[in-house]
Amino acid sequence: MERIPILKMGKFLLVSIQVDMHDRLALTLQDELTARIVEENAKGVLIDISALEMVDSFIGRMLANIATMARILDAETVVVGMQPEVAITMVELGLSLPGVRTALNIEKGMEILNSLLQSETQDGTEGSET
Amino acid sequence: MELKVLKRSTFPIRSEEDIVKARQIVRNWANEVGFKLVDQTKLVTATSELARNTFVHGGGGEMMLEQVEDGTRSGLRITFQDHGPGIPDVTRALQDGYSTAGGLGLGLGGAKRLVHEFSIQSEVGKGTVVIIVKWV
Repeated sequence: MERIPILKMGKFLLVSIQVDMHDRLALTLQDELTARIVEENAKGVLIDISALEMVDSFIGRMLANIATMARILDAETVVVGMQPEVAITMVELGLSLPGVRTALNIEKGMEILNSLLQSETQDGTEGSET
Repeated sequence: MELKVLKRSTFPIRSEEDIVKARQIVRNWANEVGFKLVDQTKLVTATSELARNTFVHGGGGEMMLEQVEDGTRSGLRITFQDHGPGIPDVTRALQDGYSTAGGLGLGLGGAKRLVHEFSIQSEVGKGTVVIIVKWV
Protein backbone atom coordinates (compact mmCIF):
# COMPACT_ATOMS: atom_id res chain seq x y z
CA MET A 1 0.00 0.00 0.00
CA GLU A 2 1.15 3.50 -0.83
CA ARG A 3 2.24 5.41 2.27
CA ILE A 4 3.86 8.66 3.28
CA PRO A 5 6.87 8.04 5.56
CA ILE A 6 6.86 9.51 9.06
CA LEU A 7 10.37 10.11 10.45
CA LYS A 8 11.26 10.51 14.11
CA MET A 9 13.83 13.07 15.20
CA GLY A 10 14.22 13.42 18.94
CA LYS A 11 10.91 14.58 20.36
CA PHE A 12 9.54 15.44 16.92
CA LEU A 13 7.93 13.67 13.99
CA LEU A 14 8.75 14.81 10.46
CA VAL A 15 6.64 14.32 7.37
CA SER A 16 7.44 15.50 3.88
CA ILE A 17 4.58 15.14 1.44
CA GLN A 18 6.19 14.46 -1.94
CA VAL A 19 3.30 12.97 -3.88
CA ASP A 20 0.01 14.21 -5.25
CA MET A 21 -2.18 12.61 -2.57
CA HIS A 22 -5.51 11.02 -3.25
CA ASP A 23 -8.05 11.44 -0.48
CA ARG A 24 -7.58 8.03 1.12
CA LEU A 25 -3.84 8.56 1.36
CA ALA A 26 -4.42 11.88 3.13
CA LEU A 27 -6.72 10.17 5.65
CA THR A 28 -4.19 7.37 6.19
CA LEU A 29 -1.49 9.94 6.94
CA GLN A 30 -3.80 11.67 9.42
CA ASP A 31 -4.49 8.39 11.26
CA GLU A 32 -0.89 7.19 11.24
CA LEU A 33 0.48 10.51 12.48
CA THR A 34 -1.99 10.58 15.34
CA ALA A 35 -1.04 7.02 16.34
CA ARG A 36 2.69 7.78 16.11
CA ILE A 37 2.38 10.87 18.34
CA VAL A 38 1.11 8.61 21.11
CA GLU A 39 3.54 5.73 20.43
CA GLU A 40 6.61 7.96 20.32
CA ASN A 41 5.41 10.42 22.94
CA ALA A 42 6.16 13.12 20.38
CA LYS A 43 5.99 16.78 21.39
CA GLY A 44 5.95 18.24 17.90
CA VAL A 45 4.99 17.47 14.31
CA LEU A 46 6.58 19.15 11.31
CA ILE A 47 4.84 18.77 7.96
CA ASP A 48 6.73 19.88 4.86
CA ILE A 49 4.37 20.72 2.00
CA SER A 50 6.91 22.45 -0.27
CA ALA A 51 6.35 19.81 -2.96
CA LEU A 52 2.55 20.21 -2.88
CA GLU A 53 1.26 21.95 -6.01
CA MET A 54 -2.16 22.63 -4.53
CA VAL A 55 -4.08 22.46 -1.27
CA ASP A 56 -7.79 21.96 -1.79
CA SER A 57 -10.47 21.84 0.89
CA PHE A 58 -9.82 18.14 1.56
CA ILE A 59 -6.08 18.50 2.15
CA GLY A 60 -6.70 21.73 4.07
CA ARG A 61 -9.08 19.89 6.35
CA MET A 62 -6.53 17.10 6.83
CA LEU A 63 -3.86 19.63 7.91
CA ALA A 64 -6.27 21.32 10.32
CA ASN A 65 -7.37 17.93 11.72
CA ILE A 66 -3.79 16.83 12.30
CA ALA A 67 -3.02 20.07 14.16
CA THR A 68 -6.14 19.72 16.33
CA MET A 69 -5.57 16.06 17.16
CA ALA A 70 -1.89 16.70 17.89
CA ARG A 71 -2.80 19.52 20.26
CA ILE A 72 -5.23 17.30 22.14
CA LEU A 73 -2.36 14.79 22.44
CA ASP A 74 -0.03 17.50 23.80
CA ALA A 75 2.00 18.01 20.61
CA GLU A 76 2.41 21.11 18.44
CA THR A 77 2.18 21.07 14.66
CA VAL A 78 4.00 23.33 12.22
CA VAL A 79 3.29 23.25 8.49
CA VAL A 80 6.25 24.50 6.45
CA GLY A 81 7.19 25.34 2.88
CA MET A 82 3.86 26.36 1.38
CA GLN A 83 4.33 27.71 -2.15
CA PRO A 84 3.07 31.29 -2.66
CA GLU A 85 0.64 30.34 -5.44
CA VAL A 86 -0.80 27.65 -3.16
CA ALA A 87 -1.33 30.22 -0.40
CA ILE A 88 -3.02 32.68 -2.81
CA THR A 89 -5.35 29.96 -4.10
CA MET A 90 -6.22 28.73 -0.61
CA VAL A 91 -7.29 32.19 0.51
CA GLU A 92 -9.54 32.63 -2.54
CA LEU A 93 -10.98 29.19 -2.00
CA GLY A 94 -11.87 30.29 1.54
CA LEU A 95 -9.42 28.13 3.49
CA SER A 96 -7.57 29.84 6.32
CA LEU A 97 -6.21 26.82 8.26
CA PRO A 98 -7.35 28.01 11.69
CA GLY A 99 -5.18 26.68 14.51
CA VAL A 100 -2.36 25.61 12.20
CA ARG A 101 1.07 27.12 12.83
CA THR A 102 3.12 27.77 9.70
CA ALA A 103 6.73 28.61 8.88
CA LEU A 104 8.53 29.43 5.65
CA ASN A 105 10.92 26.49 5.69
CA ILE A 106 11.98 23.41 7.66
CA GLU A 107 14.69 25.30 9.54
CA LYS A 108 12.26 27.98 10.78
CA GLY A 109 9.72 25.30 11.59
CA MET A 110 12.22 23.41 13.73
CA GLU A 111 13.09 26.65 15.54
CA ILE A 112 9.44 27.15 16.42
CA LEU A 113 9.06 23.57 17.69
CA ASN A 114 12.28 23.78 19.70
CA SER A 115 11.32 27.06 21.34
CA LEU A 116 7.85 25.72 22.17
CA LEU A 117 9.39 22.62 23.74
CA GLN A 118 11.87 24.74 25.70
CA SER A 119 9.27 27.11 27.10
CA GLU A 120 7.15 24.12 28.07
CA THR A 121 10.09 22.49 29.91
CA GLN A 122 10.84 25.76 31.72
CA ASP A 123 7.21 26.14 32.76
CA GLY A 124 7.38 22.60 34.06
CA THR A 125 10.46 23.31 36.18
CA GLU A 126 8.99 26.46 37.66
CA GLY A 127 5.82 24.59 38.44
CA SER A 128 7.62 21.84 40.33
CA GLU A 129 9.66 24.32 42.37
CA THR A 130 6.70 26.15 43.83
CA MET B 1 -18.16 36.33 -29.83
CA GLU B 2 -18.11 32.83 -31.24
CA LEU B 3 -16.36 30.33 -29.02
CA LYS B 4 -13.98 28.11 -30.95
CA VAL B 5 -12.97 24.72 -29.57
CA LEU B 6 -9.41 23.84 -30.55
CA LYS B 7 -9.01 20.60 -28.66
CA ARG B 8 -11.32 18.34 -26.66
CA SER B 9 -10.90 15.26 -24.49
CA THR B 10 -13.04 13.38 -22.01
CA PHE B 11 -11.85 11.60 -18.88
CA PRO B 12 -13.67 9.35 -16.40
CA ILE B 13 -14.11 10.40 -12.76
CA ARG B 14 -14.83 7.06 -11.16
CA SER B 15 -12.30 6.78 -8.33
CA GLU B 16 -10.14 8.86 -5.99
CA GLU B 17 -7.21 8.11 -8.30
CA ASP B 18 -9.21 9.68 -11.17
CA ILE B 19 -9.46 12.92 -9.14
CA VAL B 20 -5.66 12.99 -8.92
CA LYS B 21 -5.40 12.24 -12.67
CA ALA B 22 -7.89 15.02 -13.45
CA ARG B 23 -5.70 17.49 -11.53
CA GLN B 24 -2.59 16.37 -13.42
CA ILE B 25 -4.26 16.51 -16.86
CA VAL B 26 -5.67 20.00 -16.20
CA ARG B 27 -2.22 21.10 -14.96
CA ASN B 28 -0.64 19.89 -18.23
CA TRP B 29 -3.23 21.54 -20.46
CA ALA B 30 -3.14 24.80 -18.47
CA ASN B 31 0.62 24.85 -18.80
CA GLU B 32 0.43 24.26 -22.57
CA VAL B 33 -2.18 26.98 -23.08
CA GLY B 34 0.12 29.43 -21.28
CA PHE B 35 -1.49 30.05 -17.88
CA LYS B 36 0.73 31.64 -15.25
CA LEU B 37 1.65 29.38 -12.32
CA VAL B 38 -0.83 30.99 -9.91
CA ASP B 39 -3.68 30.64 -12.42
CA GLN B 40 -2.70 27.03 -13.13
CA THR B 41 -2.90 26.40 -9.40
CA LYS B 42 -6.34 28.04 -9.14
CA LEU B 43 -7.68 26.00 -12.05
CA VAL B 44 -6.20 22.75 -10.73
CA THR B 45 -7.66 23.42 -7.27
CA ALA B 46 -11.11 24.17 -8.73
CA THR B 47 -10.83 20.95 -10.74
CA SER B 48 -10.00 18.99 -7.61
CA GLU B 49 -13.06 20.33 -5.77
CA LEU B 50 -15.44 19.72 -8.67
CA ALA B 51 -14.06 16.29 -9.59
CA ARG B 52 -14.44 15.25 -5.95
CA ASN B 53 -18.08 16.42 -6.04
CA THR B 54 -18.65 14.38 -9.20
CA PHE B 55 -17.19 11.29 -7.54
CA VAL B 56 -18.48 11.64 -3.96
CA HIS B 57 -21.89 13.28 -4.47
CA GLY B 58 -22.62 12.30 -8.07
CA GLY B 59 -21.48 8.70 -7.74
CA GLY B 60 -18.95 9.20 -10.52
CA GLY B 61 -19.15 10.72 -13.96
CA GLU B 62 -16.84 12.40 -16.40
CA MET B 63 -14.78 15.48 -17.05
CA MET B 64 -14.65 17.06 -20.49
CA LEU B 65 -11.68 19.30 -21.07
CA GLU B 66 -11.66 21.83 -23.93
CA GLN B 67 -9.14 24.34 -25.14
CA VAL B 68 -11.20 27.33 -26.29
CA GLU B 69 -10.72 30.67 -28.01
CA ASP B 70 -13.12 33.59 -28.32
CA GLY B 71 -11.22 35.67 -30.88
CA THR B 72 -9.17 37.65 -28.40
CA ARG B 73 -8.45 35.23 -25.59
CA SER B 74 -7.63 31.59 -25.16
CA GLY B 75 -8.57 29.50 -22.19
CA LEU B 76 -9.85 26.21 -20.87
CA ARG B 77 -13.43 25.12 -20.44
CA ILE B 78 -14.05 22.16 -18.17
CA THR B 79 -17.35 20.32 -17.85
CA PHE B 80 -18.08 17.98 -14.95
CA GLN B 81 -21.06 15.72 -15.46
CA ASP B 82 -22.64 13.08 -13.28
CA HIS B 83 -25.90 11.15 -13.29
CA GLY B 84 -26.26 11.12 -9.52
CA PRO B 85 -29.08 12.29 -7.24
CA GLY B 86 -28.78 15.98 -8.21
CA ILE B 87 -28.82 19.02 -5.92
CA PRO B 88 -32.27 20.14 -4.69
CA ASP B 89 -31.20 23.69 -3.77
CA VAL B 90 -28.33 24.91 -5.94
CA THR B 91 -28.31 28.42 -4.46
CA ARG B 92 -27.77 27.00 -0.99
CA ALA B 93 -25.17 24.52 -2.24
CA LEU B 94 -23.12 27.45 -3.53
CA GLN B 95 -22.94 29.07 -0.09
CA ASP B 96 -19.78 28.57 1.95
CA GLY B 97 -20.30 26.22 4.84
CA TYR B 98 -23.01 24.19 3.12
CA SER B 99 -22.02 20.56 3.31
CA THR B 100 -23.81 17.26 3.05
CA ALA B 101 -20.77 15.00 3.20
CA GLY B 102 -19.26 16.37 6.42
CA GLY B 103 -16.77 18.47 4.46
CA LEU B 104 -15.92 22.11 4.86
CA GLY B 105 -18.62 23.09 2.40
CA LEU B 106 -16.20 25.13 0.32
CA GLY B 107 -16.33 22.97 -2.80
CA LEU B 108 -18.80 24.66 -5.14
CA GLY B 109 -18.60 28.23 -3.89
CA GLY B 110 -14.83 28.03 -3.56
CA ALA B 111 -14.37 26.61 -7.05
CA LYS B 112 -16.56 29.41 -8.43
CA ARG B 113 -14.24 32.05 -6.95
CA LEU B 114 -11.19 30.47 -8.61
CA VAL B 115 -12.41 30.72 -12.22
CA HIS B 116 -13.82 33.38 -14.57
CA GLU B 117 -17.06 31.70 -15.59
CA PHE B 118 -19.11 29.21 -13.63
CA SER B 119 -22.44 27.62 -14.36
CA ILE B 120 -24.31 24.78 -12.74
CA GLN B 121 -27.37 22.83 -13.80
CA SER B 122 -28.81 20.20 -11.57
CA GLU B 123 -31.96 18.15 -11.67
CA VAL B 124 -33.04 15.94 -8.80
CA GLY B 125 -32.88 12.31 -9.85
CA LYS B 126 -31.06 13.10 -13.09
CA GLY B 127 -27.67 14.52 -12.18
CA THR B 128 -25.52 17.62 -12.20
CA VAL B 129 -23.47 19.48 -14.80
CA VAL B 130 -20.93 22.11 -13.76
CA ILE B 131 -19.09 24.13 -16.42
CA ILE B 132 -16.14 26.37 -15.63
CA VAL B 133 -14.04 28.59 -17.90
CA LYS B 134 -10.75 30.25 -17.10
CA TRP B 135 -9.06 32.63 -19.54
CA VAL B 136 -5.32 33.06 -19.83
